Amino acid sequence: MTLFAKPLLLVAAIGLAACSGPDRFGAESGADFGAAGAPGSAADPRSPAYFQQAIGDRVLFAVDQSTLSDAARATLEGQARWLISNTDYSAVIEGHADEQGTREYNLALGARRASAVQEFLVERGISPARLRTVSYGKERPLEICSEESCYAQNRRAVTVIAAGGTS
Amino acid sequence: MMRRLFFLCLALAIAGATTPAFQARAQGPLRIVIDEGVIEPLPFALPEFVAETPAAAQYARQISQVIAADLAGTGLFREIPQEAFIARVTSFSSPVQYADWKAINAQALITGAVALSGDRLTVKFRLFDVFSEAPLGDGLQFGGSTAAWRRLAHKVADQVYGRITGEGGYFDSRVVFVAETGPKNARAKRLAIMDYDGANVQYLTDSASLVLAPRVSPTGDRVIYTSYETGFPRIFLLDMARLTRRALDDQPGTMSFSPRFAPNGQTVVFSLSQGGNTDLYTLDLASGRRERLSSSPSIETAPSYSPDGRQIVFESDRSGTQQLYVMPASGGAPKRISYGQGRYGTPVWSPRGDLIAFTKQNNGRFHIGVMRTDGSEERLLTASFLDEGPTWAPNGRVIMFTRETAGAGGAPALFSVDITGRNLRRVPLQGAASDPAWSPLLP
Repeated sequence: MTLFAKPLLLVAAIGLAACSGPDRFGAESGADFGAAGAPGSAADPRSPAYFQQAIGDRVLFAVDQSTLSDAARATLEGQARWLISNTDYSAVIEGHADEQGTREYNLALGARRASAVQEFLVERGISPARLRTVSYGKERPLEICSEESCYAQNRRAVTVIAAGGTS
Repeated sequence: MMRRLFFLCLALAIAGATTPAFQARAQGPLRIVIDEGVIEPLPFALPEFVAETPAAAQYARQISQVIAADLAGTGLFREIPQEAFIARVTSFSSPVQYADWKAINAQALITGAVALSGDRLTVKFRLFDVFSEAPLGDGLQFGGSTAAWRRLAHKVADQVYGRITGEGGYFDSRVVFVAETGPKNARAKRLAIMDYDGANVQYLTDSASLVLAPRVSPTGDRVIYTSYETGFPRIFLLDMARLTRRALDDQPGTMSFSPRFAPNGQTVVFSLSQGGNTDLYTLDLASGRRERLSSSPSIETAPSYSPDGRQIVFESDRSGTQQLYVMPASGGAPKRISYGQGRYGTPVWSPRGDLIAFTKQNNGRFHIGVMRTDGSEERLLTASFLDEGPTWAPNGRVIMFTRETAGAGGAPALFSVDITGRNLRRVPLQGAASDPAWSPLLP
């Protein structure tokens, strides 16, 4: 799972930095679920940590695109199944962009990406009332180099699980 | 024989007391035309202003330095070092020894005096065309509190700049921006305001929530910006005097961003995203009434009004890539104006109405550029890894923007450049900064 090891470390660091902030639905909140332990740990399939790590909480996008790839669809099928069987949770879908773009356009692009994920999950039967979207544009990169290897990880939509189903 | 001095209040000065004198000199040697680009900066001498009371000495020195820095900072003027001076100016009213200033090749001479009474400063100055051996405009006097000493200096510099270039000044203005701290993946941002030259930084918000892209109202007393205070991007209105703020648009399931004031100060145009689609709306600040201006599945954002309030320039990817469009302020058919290579975004109409500044992406580089309002005569002024977000100086002759460096340690800073592409400068600030928004000239 090298794909997720590095982002997780960063996520934990962001969580510390932002824990006093009101950006409640940031990727940061994932850190709350990251600690290894028995109930609610990644080994528990009903836990948000399992959702984040075993299913995969994020999908990636091509440059300036919001179309879901086959890999993204596979991940989202898993997300949909989990959400259907864990109705105590709602989700906020965050759309993000890499830094190669102007601030306003990237906000709009992130909104498109978050919405693409939302639409997919709704099509799979998740109530729209359980899903909110937010765009961070290029404001919250996970990877900080200025190369395609980092950009590819930053062009993402992250499904952040929050306690409390709204339906 | 010296011309008689007229001591006028600022209002009178702006009302045109200097204009006739300037027009009379239009064909004379002491003239800079900014459109033509300046190869050789105009040399000026600015002997330290005379302190008319002993307590004023410190202010006289500092005010003189700020005036000289304002002028030299434009790239249009060059300060002749005081060591080169032959003449000594010990009294504001003593006759000008033109030969002494000609000998050191000073084309403009600025003399002045500063008096202090209680906490009230009075600054008077005169501008001379050395080679014509004549004053350029009348003497003027400005008054203010000691706390505002830098503003008094900027007002003098604005007068000098205006008389020689024929353009309005811009030194007595402020810039609202986003002050940034922390690593690239967890940046904390807060709104701040500074003098145009980076002095007097004050913070307008704390850094608890992400804030983006502030814009100053036409009267300079309010700021509109995007904040994540609610967890979602929303546009907020901040009263600068009271530092109170309120959310302007809070429709659940939507995001609002990229706001900008109309010239009337009462209407705001902004982007609203719903269901992944971003369109343009206006909001009347008094009534809260919202109107939709665009309705297409493409991204419409970064709107900016023409100074007469009749048109809006914005960016849209309806053609497949980001391009610039102009439409009537009430909505209606947009006309595409950008046709060059690459992508165009963040258009901003010049306060003079003649140009539109924009960000351009082409071949992996970012540029700040200007074009005529019909899209013709495109000119790129800068190039770097990431330049974006131009804002106009009140006189429409200088642009400030964000330049961000590449890599893990990359950080943004504010830069300025004039519309001929000359005089690229970094605004001196302590920390990282982005999204500058230039205020109108202060009252």
